[in-house]
Amino acid sequence: MGYKIEEPQTLFIAPVSKPAPGSVGKTGTWRNEKPVINEEKCVKCLLCWLYCPEDTILRREDDMVYIVYDYCKGCGICAKVCPVDAIEMVPER
Amino acid sequence: MPIKLRDFPRTHFNMPGNAACPGCPETMGIRYVKMALGDKAVLVIPAGCSSVIQGISPKSGINFPILNIVFAAAAAAASGMKAGFEMLGRDDVQVVVWAGDGGTADIGLQAMSGAAERGDDIIYICADNEAYMNTGIQRSGATPYGAWTTTTWTGKKEHKKNIPFIMIAHDAPYVATATVGYPQDFIEKIRKAASVKGFKYIHLLAPCPVGWRFDPALTPEIAQLAVKTGLWPLFEYHNGSLRISSFSRMYRNKEKRTPLEVYLKLQGRFKHLKEDDVKVLEEYIDRLWAWLDLLEKASHPSDTAKQLVKESK
Repeated sequence: MGYKIEEPQTLFIAPVSKPAPGSVGKTGTWRNEKPVINEEKCVKCLLCWLYCPEDTILRREDDMVYIVYDYCKGCGICAKVCPVDAIEMVPER
Repeated sequence: MPIKLRDFPRTHFNMPGNAACPGCPETMGIRYVKMALGDKAVLVIPAGCSSVIQGISPKSGINFPILNIVFAAAAAAASGMKAGFEMLGRDDVQVVVWAGDGGTADIGLQAMSGAAERGDDIIYICADNEAYMNTGIQRSGATPYGAWTTTTWTGKKEHKKNIPFIMIAHDAPYVATATVGYPQDFIEKIRKAASVKGFKYIHLLAPCPVGWRFDPALTPEIAQLAVKTGLWPLFEYHNGSLRISSFSRMYRNKEKRTPLEVYLKLQGRFKHLKEDDVKVLEEYIDRLWAWLDLLEKASHPSDTAKQLVKESK
């Protein structure tokens, strides 16, 4: 019997979103103060990396940290938890 | 086993550019869940801040596969999901419920109690920011005495509902408290919970800069002060025995605790408190520690005997 099931021809869009950076855009525009790392003072304890809520502080191969300013919201937690005061909050503009 | 920060991979544990407020404790907490469990975990999130933090479709701000579900059904949905994974033979996947205090203490309590009684193999994490922050800081069952919210604007008159003790009464195999102020402790506790079979409950204190009225930079410090003042004791209850965690152990002694005023003064929600109210909170702390002492002594009779012998000498 030549019986064939036709495939449904609908434009179905699944209500699924996938993890990606910048789900609400560049959140770096939210901040008033910008954290700046003094690499000479840094002792590589990684506390700022551990406490950053936004995951904008990342590690290089030698465990020196750097900040992705596109997404940093400027909460100031990194400057507060730094044991050697190597991070300074500088006003924007 | 202590956590070494250098051993963690150099990847994104959370997605930057999400919709969370600056200094949000929940994104910190979700990051630590990712650090502890890696890719072998699925999140179930009831209504709350965490369902907003994900941001706008088609992008998601949380680096996990997530099922978003209604308030009352988080634990029930997780139970069903775990049963599905078991049928597929995928026992390595951890099903984690990430709920707020409203979804745990008030609306989701019956589903959680049911899952605990059935002994479903899930991890339930309550990110407790002590009010319904997402809808505009309304009082919840987990709001502490004296705290300002938009529905208790002269200060709440009742004490906080103690959910960890309710879960201990369910005789869940693993119950623990944690804060975002001590991430190593929290990560260790999630890893331990993942190795235990049955219903696991972790209560995470998450100080919210918006609802508690403090500077966003102080989130970890306030969480640490809650432990140092004795208001939030960190403990673990595993297979019927309770142990105070290492970060909280020295605050068993009343003299070593930081004065409660230090913790209260940093927060705008406690601005109106009078001396009598502070005394009520101090009495609450003493009662809490008396309960913990009782439970610890009951679960370790040999320790108590040793101590008695020491005192008599």
